[in-house]
Amino acid sequence: MSSKYHITSFCNIKNNTVSLNGSVIYNDENNDFLEFIKAAYKSLETNYAKFFKMDALSKLAFLAADVLLKNESLNQEEENNIAIVFSNKASSIDTDRKHQESIQNKEDYFPSPAVFVYTLPNICIGEISIKHKLFSENSFFIFDTFNPQHLLDYTNSLLSANKAEKVLCGWVELDGENYEAFLYLVTNNGTITHNKQNILKLYNT
Amino acid sequence: MTEVYLSYNNIISSLGFNSETVVGNIHNEVSGLQLIDDKNLLPQPFYSSIINTKTLKESFQALKDKDDYTRLEQMMITSLNKVIQSSGIPLAENVGLIISTTKGNIDVLDKNSEFPKERAYLSVLGKKIKDFFKFKNDAIVVSNACVSGVLAVSIAKRYINQGIYDHVFIVSGDIVTEFILSGFNSFQALSDAPCKPYCKNRSGINIGEVAASILVTNNKKSLAKEAVTVLGEGSCNDANHISGPSRTGEGLFRSITSAVKEANIPYERIDYISAHGTATQYNDEMEAIAFNRLGLQDVPINSLKGYFGHTLGASGLLETIIGMHSLYNNMLYTSLGFDELGVTQPINVIKEVTPKKMNLFLKTASGFGGSNTAIIFKKVKN
Repeated sequence: MSSKYHITSFCNIKNNTVSLNGSVIYNDENNDFLEFIKAAYKSLETNYAKFFKMDALSKLAFLAADVLLKNESLNQEEENNIAIVFSNKASSIDTDRKHQESIQNKEDYFPSPAVFVYTLPNICIGEISIKHKLFSENSFFIFDTFNPQHLLDYTNSLLSANKAEKVLCGWVELDGENYEAFLYLVTNNGTITHNKQNILKLYNT
Repeated sequence: MTEVYLSYNNIISSLGFNSETVVGNIHNEVSGLQLIDDKNLLPQPFYSSIINTKTLKESFQALKDKDDYTRLEQMMITSLNKVIQSSGIPLAENVGLIISTTKGNIDVLDKNSEFPKERAYLSVLGKKIKDFFKFKNDAIVVSNACVSGVLAVSIAKRYINQGIYDHVFIVSGDIVTEFILSGFNSFQALSDAPCKPYCKNRSGINIGEVAASILVTNNKKSLAKEAVTVLGEGSCNDANHISGPSRTGEGLFRSITSAVKEANIPYERIDYISAHGTATQYNDEMEAIAFNRLGLQDVPINSLKGYFGHTLGASGLLETIIGMHSLYNNMLYTSLGFDELGVTQPINVIKEVTPKKMNLFLKTASGFGGSNTAIIFKKVKN
């Protein structure tokens, strides 16, 4: 089935590298994810103080989305009906482990709302929606591995039912020191046809 | 577009192990909430609705499987099994499986859990459910905070409309754990009494547990007697705050607007609203504002949290199922715990069981991350 929708742009964050549409825009030698993402945030002139209170998954998803949406030069005065459809394997397990640590010992019991709120994967969608003023459709899915078919089907359903004008979708995985973000924007215009082969190709870029 | 129906359903809860029993208890204003004093869960006593472990074990063992299953898996499998059996639908290629949960098997992260830590991954939970029933397709796990249960219905409908599946089984569930209780307690959101949604004297939320399952299908033949069709749905973000709802109810307002637009009906046709009503100050106020902005302030409304507490990723589906029975029985059920209005905008909270001829109801939910969902359902006349 040929799709009438297109992939306008895409962003990958993995292996200490941030790339936009296949071109490297930041790279360093940091061994630690939090060091790397902070350095990338600074280098890419993100300038958003709330970034520092986010958990690791939100930092990853937020930066990928910010790189992509900044490049779109959206008119912030107008409303942008961009749906967000994210997926991963680990859900929010990285922060789940932190909250679990804080309650494991009754002698050392310190649950914190600032940690607990991030024990849901869709919080990163909330962070992106706040920054870019997106009052749009959003959902978070969990799969064992990257699932291009599901993203394709669900994105097409949102666009064809006019629930959104554009869809920001992809995979944002964070589990300990393993991290990987691949986000792409699907719209009516563009040169890359929105199909499973192309999604997979860009994912492996 | 294809008509999509919600049909056979089941609820596993402290108020019973099938929907009819649960609805019967709600009709009689019986609450599943009770005071629990268990230091392993929370330092102080708390109100919750907890599924009877012995009954669950007996129901589950009747299904005979050699593997070990977690408490949540037992709840989900027991619930879903009943729906698959009632539907008589063979689990072929055209049948999908959606799992709605916020935290899944989060209890296995505790160092005293006998289950391997990998069981905390939601995809592993999905695989356990898929393999038990031998679904042909992989489970689609939805984890979108407290709107997950309603959103799962929208997703099932969208999949059917895309022609990918003819039938989708949804199973939703979350359990009462120290993980969840300690978190909500750190927010100072837990009530030390049974919760009182929309009430002047409310003091916060209770957390509860259920598993709820339903068949979503495009086949109008052999539907359950309480079946409904989906007229429209929407799921919009507040773009305001990650843990507090919008003061103007923006995301909920937009979700309902989107659902009504798709349904193509005037607002006056909505007979009943099954709302979220967690009994926190911010949530209840936000809902009252959103409903007033839409002119829905006179429509009878209830929150079912006074019966089950907040059951997280299952609450939306649980409350949808009860709404279906409410429509079928032409009966408005009491918003338990309510006596005096405690929001600044007028809303028509149901104070006692009231017969009313009904055709349409609106289900809404809101959650962390600024998420909101709304669906309009219409009674199917068999």
